[in-house]
Amino acid sequence: MNKNYFEIKRAGINTTFQDQGRGNLYHIGIPFSGAMDNRNFQISNKLVGNEVNFPTIEFAYQGPLLKYFGESINFAITGDVKFIIRKKNDAIEGKCYQSFALENGDELDIISTNKSVYGYLAVSGEFDVNYQWSSCSVNTKANIGANNGKKIEDGQKIYILNINKNLSDKKLNYINTKIENIRVIQGTNFDYFSDEGKKIFFEKEFVISKLSDRMGMRLEGSKIENIVDTNIKSEGLLKGVIQVPADGNPIIMLSDHGTIGGYPKIGVVISADYDKLVQLTPGSKIKFKKVELADAETLFKLYDLETQNLISQI
Amino acid sequence: MIKNISNLGDAALYCDFGSEVNKEINSKVIRYFKSIQKENIDGINNLTPSYNKLIISFDLRKKNFQTIKKLIENLNITNDDALESNKIKIPVCCDENFSLDIKRLEEKLQITRDKIYEKFFGKEFFCYMTGFIAGMPFLGDLENELRAKRLETPRVKVPKGSVGLTEQFANVYTFESPGGWNIIGNTPQVIFDSTNENNPNLINPGDVVTFEQITKEQYYNYNE
Repeated sequence: MNKNYFEIKRAGINTTFQDQGRGNLYHIGIPFSGAMDNRNFQISNKLVGNEVNFPTIEFAYQGPLLKYFGESINFAITGDVKFIIRKKNDAIEGKCYQSFALENGDELDIISTNKSVYGYLAVSGEFDVNYQWSSCSVNTKANIGANNGKKIEDGQKIYILNINKNLSDKKLNYINTKIENIRVIQGTNFDYFSDEGKKIFFEKEFVISKLSDRMGMRLEGSKIENIVDTNIKSEGLLKGVIQVPADGNPIIMLSDHGTIGGYPKIGVVISADYDKLVQLTPGSKIKFKKVELADAETLFKLYDLETQNLISQI
Repeated sequence: MIKNISNLGDAALYCDFGSEVNKEINSKVIRYFKSIQKENIDGINNLTPSYNKLIISFDLRKKNFQTIKKLIENLNITNDDALESNKIKIPVCCDENFSLDIKRLEEKLQITRDKIYEKFFGKEFFCYMTGFIAGMPFLGDLENELRAKRLETPRVKVPKGSVGLTEQFANVYTFESPGGWNIIGNTPQVIFDSTNENNPNLINPGDVVTFEQITKEQYYNYNE
């Protein structure tokens, strides 16, 4: 039993188990969590012949170094990631969107993401993880999900169950393109801001600050002036909501966000742009572009169709 | 009743029940929240009740703003039934190791700690909402004499179980977290339990909570 496993020689910066996340818990104070970049998460699973919502290992910037023990297995990495497979007498430069085999004793060194934040590792089997509210997604703040709700750590072992014996090679021709323009629907407190503030929001560039993580993305740039009240009565938040606190710098709520907040909401990132947004690295420039609800709905349909299309090509 | 429904982004309804914070408006929000929860509407993937708003999130693959809005507008939600609520007692120890901001509060409020405790313990509080961090209850209303602003510089770590006051509300930190509330004590009672998936929160919106002062000995023997 449990003879197939990874030994974690280096955990990486923020390496966690993630799947599609968990819904219907906002009222309790628990956010969705789940893979930050849903498209890349799903594709990684399909490349190893899994259901698209199987648990994966998500990493940010520097990924893990894993040594594999057990029977042959396939893995795939998605995103824009530099990695090496070290075999006994050989080292192979890895490629994203392609499955590779691992044999007993091989090492997988996920060196780093290239000008992007998140990458996904899926294997042709099931990570032996525990679920809470039907999801393994780790929320390190509330310690919910697999691995006791904690990041993966140096030295630990990750077991793999039910390895798929049919290891066919799979590949997808796809480049994970980046965008700078993030499309936004006006928020419920848009009129809390001065005309100049509104103009700044939609016309000026912002820079993504280092103080960004799975909970939120902080932006710096020209200050957005509030002319009504820098606080609102606390109310629900969603991923993609852009709040502007008293200092005038916007904060975008991401997948592990606090469920309620008391800063005015200037806008909400449209669903179609969320996967691309989370991949923007600190120091990158970002510009908001205003769209209407009907357009946002169409754009999401197109984006989702494109994702389904990519998955069906594998 | 809902005063206005607008969209928050492309995948949520923003239901506005008014601008004040009081039990009457909040009870309406909670009633809607509970009724919609019972309806189990396909495509709705989250409900966030707060003081005077209810946010309804949906899966954009299955539903859109207009369809959910219509569904919500056509719901028949009665305002007559009394809100179901549990009465919960929370033990709190105010030993000096726990009452981190009691001195600060004495100065801010210009009353003695005995007076603060007298006005706090044994009084009934109403749970307006839970959240921010998992299971954290927002309880009101504090008497006017106990209303103080948040700390100017929030703590990086507020200990788990801390009981805090700010403005008209009291709350309990369900686990260690950054925070700026004025801490007057600590409870040994588990308020949030993620292993209890059906009922992780001890305190839910609409519940009535009273705090009871306990000694240090009672505190340390509480979970024995």
